[in-house]
Amino acid sequence: MNMENIYLAIPLAPLFGAIVAGLFGWKIGRAASHWVTILGVAVAFALSMLVFKHIVIDGAETYNKTVYVWMISQGIQFEIGFLIDKLTTVMLVVVTFVSLMVHIYTIGYMKEDPGYQRFFSYIALFTFSMLMLVMSNNFLQLFFGWEAVGLVSYLLIGFWFKRETAIYANLKAFLVNRVGDFGFLLGIAAIVYFTGSLDYMTVFGQADTIASQNIEIFAGVPWSAMTVVCILLFIGAMGKSAQVPLHVWLPDSMEGPTPISALIHAATMVTAGIFMVARMSPLFELSATALSVVITIGAITALFMGLLGLVQHDIKRVVAYSTLSQLGYMTVALGASAYSAAIFHLMTHAFFKALLFLGAGSVIIAMHHVQDMREMGGLKKYMPITYWTSLIGSLALIGFPGFSGFFSKDAIIEAVAHSDIAGSGFAYAAVLGGVFITALYSFRMFFLVFHGQERMDEHTREHLHETPAVVTVPLILLAIPSAIVGWYTIGPMLFGDYFGASIFVLPEHNALAAVGESWHGPAGMVTHGVMQPPFVLAMLGVFTAWFLYMKRPDIAESIKNKSGLLYTMLVEKYGFDRFNEIVFAGGARGLGNLFWRNGDVRLIDGLIVNGSAKTVGWISGIIRNVQSGYLYHYAFAMILGLLGLLSWVIYSS
Amino acid sequence: MLLLTDYLILGAILFCISIAGIFLNRKNVIILLMCIELMLLAVNINFIAFSHFLNDIAGQVFVFFILTVAAAEAAIGLAILVVLFRNRSTINVEELDTMKG
Amino acid sequence: MINFTMPDFTQAYPEMFVLAMTCVILILDQFLSDARRSITYYLTQLTVIVAAVLTFNQFGTDTVVTFSGMFVNDSMSVLLKLAMYVVMIGIFLYSRAYLTKRGLLKGEYYALGLFGMMGMMVMISAHNFLTIYLGLELLSLSMYALVAYDRDSMVASESAMKYFVLGAIASGMLLYGMSMLYGANGTLDISAINDSINSGTASKQIQAFGLVFIIVGLAFKLGAVPFHMWLPDIYHGSPTSVTLYIASAPKIAAFAMVMRLLVETMPGLQSDWQTMLIMLAVLSMAIGNVIAIAQTNLKRMLAYSTISHVGFILLGIIAADKAGYSAAMFYTITYAITSLGAFGVIILMSRNGFEADQLDDYKGLNQRNPWYAFVMLILMFSMAGVPPTVGFFAKLWVLEAVINNDMTWLAIVAVFFSVIGAFYYIRMVKLMYFDAPEDEQVLEGSADMRLALSLNGIVVLGLGLFPGSLMALCVAALA
Repeated sequence: MNMENIYLAIPLAPLFGAIVAGLFGWKIGRAASHWVTILGVAVAFALSMLVFKHIVIDGAETYNKTVYVWMISQGIQFEIGFLIDKLTTVMLVVVTFVSLMVHIYTIGYMKEDPGYQRFFSYIALFTFSMLMLVMSNNFLQLFFGWEAVGLVSYLLIGFWFKRETAIYANLKAFLVNRVGDFGFLLGIAAIVYFTGSLDYMTVFGQADTIASQNIEIFAGVPWSAMTVVCILLFIGAMGKSAQVPLHVWLPDSMEGPTPISALIHAATMVTAGIFMVARMSPLFELSATALSVVITIGAITALFMGLLGLVQHDIKRVVAYSTLSQLGYMTVALGASAYSAAIFHLMTHAFFKALLFLGAGSVIIAMHHVQDMREMGGLKKYMPITYWTSLIGSLALIGFPGFSGFFSKDAIIEAVAHSDIAGSGFAYAAVLGGVFITALYSFRMFFLVFHGQERMDEHTREHLHETPAVVTVPLILLAIPSAIVGWYTIGPMLFGDYFGASIFVLPEHNALAAVGESWHGPAGMVTHGVMQPPFVLAMLGVFTAWFLYMKRPDIAESIKNKSGLLYTMLVEKYGFDRFNEIVFAGGARGLGNLFWRNGDVRLIDGLIVNGSAKTVGWISGIIRNVQSGYLYHYAFAMILGLLGLLSWVIYSS
Repeated sequence: MLLLTDYLILGAILFCISIAGIFLNRKNVIILLMCIELMLLAVNINFIAFSHFLNDIAGQVFVFFILTVAAAEAAIGLAILVVLFRNRSTINVEELDTMKG
Repeated sequence: MINFTMPDFTQAYPEMFVLAMTCVILILDQFLSDARRSITYYLTQLTVIVAAVLTFNQFGTDTVVTFSGMFVNDSMSVLLKLAMYVVMIGIFLYSRAYLTKRGLLKGEYYALGLFGMMGMMVMISAHNFLTIYLGLELLSLSMYALVAYDRDSMVASESAMKYFVLGAIASGMLLYGMSMLYGANGTLDISAINDSINSGTASKQIQAFGLVFIIVGLAFKLGAVPFHMWLPDIYHGSPTSVTLYIASAPKIAAFAMVMRLLVETMPGLQSDWQTMLIMLAVLSMAIGNVIAIAQTNLKRMLAYSTISHVGFILLGIIAADKAGYSAAMFYTITYAITSLGAFGVIILMSRNGFEADQLDDYKGLNQRNPWYAFVMLILMFSMAGVPPTVGFFAKLWVLEAVINNDMTWLAIVAVFFSVIGAFYYIRMVKLMYFDAPEDEQVLEGSADMRLALSLNGIVVLGLGLFPGSLMALCVAALA
């Protein structure tokens, strides 16, 4: 079997599962539906490992070929093609592994749901979309994957389509993503405009020509074309990877079932933006302005979204805000030109965030779908496996030395410290502050859920027990990489030449190289890390959490009461939602009403559409009488036609 | 001595007569069938005349084929006529107008 | 000295096989009781499949002209024949259900059907006016007989008569045109006429005169306005299984005839036929789309829709370059498949005594059977040219070819009329999805019929998602 077929099989296996479960799920039943999708994803995962061996261990050449030419229009090729390099390989392994875990976990989580088959079909389709996105070698397919991921996330967030909140949430996700996609599409259009191609390599090859051009969006203000292209692309990334101010959809997406939250937040969808920017590094590197925008947006997201996690009571929402904050870290890394650090954090985050989500889901199952942390507490003794795995996840999240999150987060913080792009000073402060916040909200959640008083009602308490193996096994399997994967991968990924040509960094932006000069292996990093400010801050966060929520809950309460304005601001999520509701939604509705009444109903419907339809219908009714039914009329029409053509020939010659 | 043009004019006249017959005749379907035969004969005259004046045998071979096909065509035409008469008890062209518009 | 060269029989294996098998089926059928009529059916399908295999073996070989220049085998003929076989298999498959339900399942249908197919094969591979004429007549005569196949139907016999008379006039005119070109160039061979026209020795007037008559013949076969009058009545009056035949496979053969007669024979007269075809195309798109709106009978509506599609096919020919011809070829093939599916749905919906040919019969189809409503939706969208169905790409490429030849106005006209046309296709969708059903009968159909129809819908959608391969084949066929 040659590699080309393997590459083709990786996305197609989940697609096959999705089709079978989706179209024939009602016929083949629940068990067969989950088997076929899990098998599809398992095949994709196994093949991804094979690709990993082939590309990374055997060091095979980067594969970049067109599989199918869809069409050619005006010299632009629209095609499906694969670019398999080391960047893609990392994504393949992460996506298929996490997806596989989520699939297995779903058996337990969705056990009683009537839409069982539909759910499996969607998540397999989701995996397919994401795989198409990361394997693409051209912008068209990237956009296809991008939109497909958006579509399936819409379906999944609104999976419980009878809940009003779910409908609202999926509509919101859809609309906010449209805003991002609009920028993304404009960015792709600009690329086609400047280079006349959709193929990555061709576009990258012409990066210098884009950078050398200017466009004037406002008369008299020339902009570098590259800056415009990159910012437009980044707007797309902001939508998918939930950066401020396009982050509002992500917390609401918690309305979907927990497995899909894990899949969206950990391995797919939100990582798409990060991946895309890393993939486009040859473009972003040529625009310092764009990098500054990226780092600033990332820093704002990292710090301020983390703060919101402090006031949430819903266990899933805490994890959701933590995702936002961690995505901010990745974006900061992108802005600091530490693309490999961003991808590294993406990978470690995928493991521990999936773990945390599935852990939260496990708690939710045990609590009979109660999600409010105020009604939990003391779950440690009932759910030991969930407890220990969640502890590993939380430690990884706060960056406790030795855990995978430590390596990636520290690398980002160090890289930002060494970066001298405009905005990196602010970003450094933000990511450092973020460390404290992260530790605070993670352990607030951890303590509230697993320790302290048991606040649930009597009936729930009686039924509390550890969740079944389909739930705990994925937790354990995810806990292993969350704990240790950093040790083995940091060296080659960040400071070795792992990514090679897939990521391009200008020497003057190369902050990671500066970090690498003082790097002496993972063990050295751990011992060194224990004395650094991030660790101190993290420990301080954990301690504060312990103090406020375990030792003296009354202090927490009084802080809450005293800091009225600040607290309201956090609960109101800085007013983004309110603002959007009033200005965009309200304004758009007002404008829409205006146009609808005057433009649409009167002019377009009344005059143009119905008027022309009536006219055509009337003409049609008359002309059809020509078709009289009489043979001699038909023959006569032919002869008229003949005479017409003949007279034209005579006339023209 | 007849010229090529004379034959062509004869062919053209026959062709016109047949066409006129088809759309002027509003009564009998059989006249339509006759007109069709006439049209094919007009074409045959053209082919034979050309063939003779070009000294090329292919035109005459073509005529044999046309004659054969015309025979088959007439057979099918008459068969359809019989079916038509059986169903409608008339072969009046003016009454063949159930489908229109 | 007699100079006799053996023709290259290998090139005509499919034709010879089909002829032999048709005769066998014709005779064998006489000895079969009605209960065992399915043997005829299976033999017919086998014939088409074996012919397809034989033709497929010729795939990718060089152009061969044999039988003293009468017969040509090139990549275009192979591709068009293969497409035609696919459509023929569908035709025979769908018709079987229709004929069985009405007690019309007789061997004649298959014998005539195969003779018609044989005629189309000859048309596609013709390299001489004589073979074109013979192929055309073989097809037409079979069709006349098939239209009258249901002997007790009043409308069928009436439409057979109309078809016969008008068809005979058209072939008379085609012959008249051929005789003129023969006189002017002194030969009936396609390449020889091409050379003669290019050498400029022959009389331009006579050629142009002959060309007009030939175009009339072609336009009739395709169904272009004003030579379209037969089409609505014949579609309407014939049994649906025959309408299905007339509406699909012969379009491919007619396209081949246009390619052979205009593009291969008379590139020298291109400016003449181009202008004439523009008139026909614009008229076809206008009249076809506009009158279709007023129809209440689905078969009639599809007939007018065919007329408008013919206008589009002609646009590709008008572009008169390789891109245009391949776009027209793509259009023809995909249209034949789409049309096949649409009539297939009519057959599936119908039962004995109920033809399902009124638009109102489709009200609420989605509630009765969502899958076939969806198949019909795909087919209607494809005809209207809505992406991602194949009809969209067919239209797109034709228009692109026209625009690249500096006839943007023509493309605008075409788009304008296809917007009008979209109305009646979408109305069909509206009936199926938004109206309440008047008829609650469960759709019945044999397993193979339902499978084939589903496949047909999927192919129309699939070709729309992946049009590249077929388009590449079409481009290669003209190399």
